[in-house]
Amino acid sequence: MKIALTTSGETLDAPLDGRFGRAPIFILYDLEKDYFEVIDNRQNLNTAQGAGIQAAETIIRAKADCLITGHCGPKAFRVLTAAGVTVYNCGEATVADALNAFKGGTLKPLDSADVEGHWV
Amino acid sequence: MILAVASGKGGTGKTTVSVNLAKVFGARVQLLDCDVEEPNCHLFIGGNPCSREVVSIQVPGVDESLCDGCGECGRFCQYHAVVSFGGAPLFFPELCHGCGGCQKVCPRGAIGEKERRIGIVETVEADKVTLIQGSLDVGVPMAPPLIRAVKSRMKHGVTSILDAPPGTSCPVISTLRCSDFVLLVTEPTPFGLHDLRLAVEMVKELGIPFGVVINRVGIGDERVYTFCGEKGIPVLLEIPDDRRIAETYSRGELVVDALPEYGSLFSTLLWNIREVRGKEKGAKRVRSKN
Repeated sequence: MKIALTTSGETLDAPLDGRFGRAPIFILYDLEKDYFEVIDNRQNLNTAQGAGIQAAETIIRAKADCLITGHCGPKAFRVLTAAGVTVYNCGEATVADALNAFKGGTLKPLDSADVEGHWV
Repeated sequence: MILAVASGKGGTGKTTVSVNLAKVFGARVQLLDCDVEEPNCHLFIGGNPCSREVVSIQVPGVDESLCDGCGECGRFCQYHAVVSFGGAPLFFPELCHGCGGCQKVCPRGAIGEKERRIGIVETVEADKVTLIQGSLDVGVPMAPPLIRAVKSRMKHGVTSILDAPPGTSCPVISTLRCSDFVLLVTEPTPFGLHDLRLAVEMVKELGIPFGVVINRVGIGDERVYTFCGEKGIPVLLEIPDDRRIAETYSRGELVVDALPEYGSLFSTLLWNIREVRGKEKGAKRVRSKN
């Protein structure tokens, strides 16, 4: 199972980014292999419209099964759900903390977007 | 002649110049308010509304029985209005620019069109001025299709003055395209100069002859004049920094009506535009002879 997490760093102790579409980096963590890769999302930072959709496309193409982030807007949520990606939101400080929370079963999947578009 | 009034910076006086020019024009003139996100020329023109039309754009709709999920539509769309992952595509109509590209690239003809309302175009007759204005619906992010709808109602053979939105992005380009001359309104401040530079680059890229109007003369510094001098850009009008002009504007009145001493400013501007255009044409003839 592959988990995408939003961050601004390239290691597991990097902070979890509360934004999805405009997070600079995604860490794609493979739960079985305990291995991760870094996906650059910086091309999305200055997009006027559709950043969430584009970010969703990126992690779907990377074959993520679920996403852990701070918040997820309506367009991104629609794309992710259509592609079968489960979205979890959490307020953990780092990528590693969020992964631990996920492994510990304390994260609940979102059943709808939890913020409006362009909420930041 | 199609005369567009633009500026990089907002609030420099585009509408002031547009409405007063239309008023002093003398003959029949069309005034197009292309600032469809906040049209305001009507506040100064008055007159009687004579038509009101709803404008829609064509957005895609998919026939899922024909779609095989190839994803060509999603790969084509630069605006992420169509997203496809091996199943029927998802559409985000509010992001669609209505280009029709997804329909063209769909190998199975699964994508059709449906109408989505984006705003209205109204025509107002006020003496010799025909005002055509667009109003974008709240929540619609894309002005260019509505601006094109406003411009499509322009009658050829009658002079048109186009009041553009501020900035240098798509709505402004949509307004300026096919115009014969652009007035760039600026103010003599560092901010005014910064945005004037951007606006000058834009009109040069579009290849449209242009001149500058400097508003609020007396504030700021000399740098706008130095810039225009160095670049050989004609300064066609200077409007003094007079509080009464701002007060007139805030009451929705025309400067040429309320402050007769400034009436000649705008007739002079018309004359200057004609002179500069005459020179341009002369220069072109010389170039083509050589």
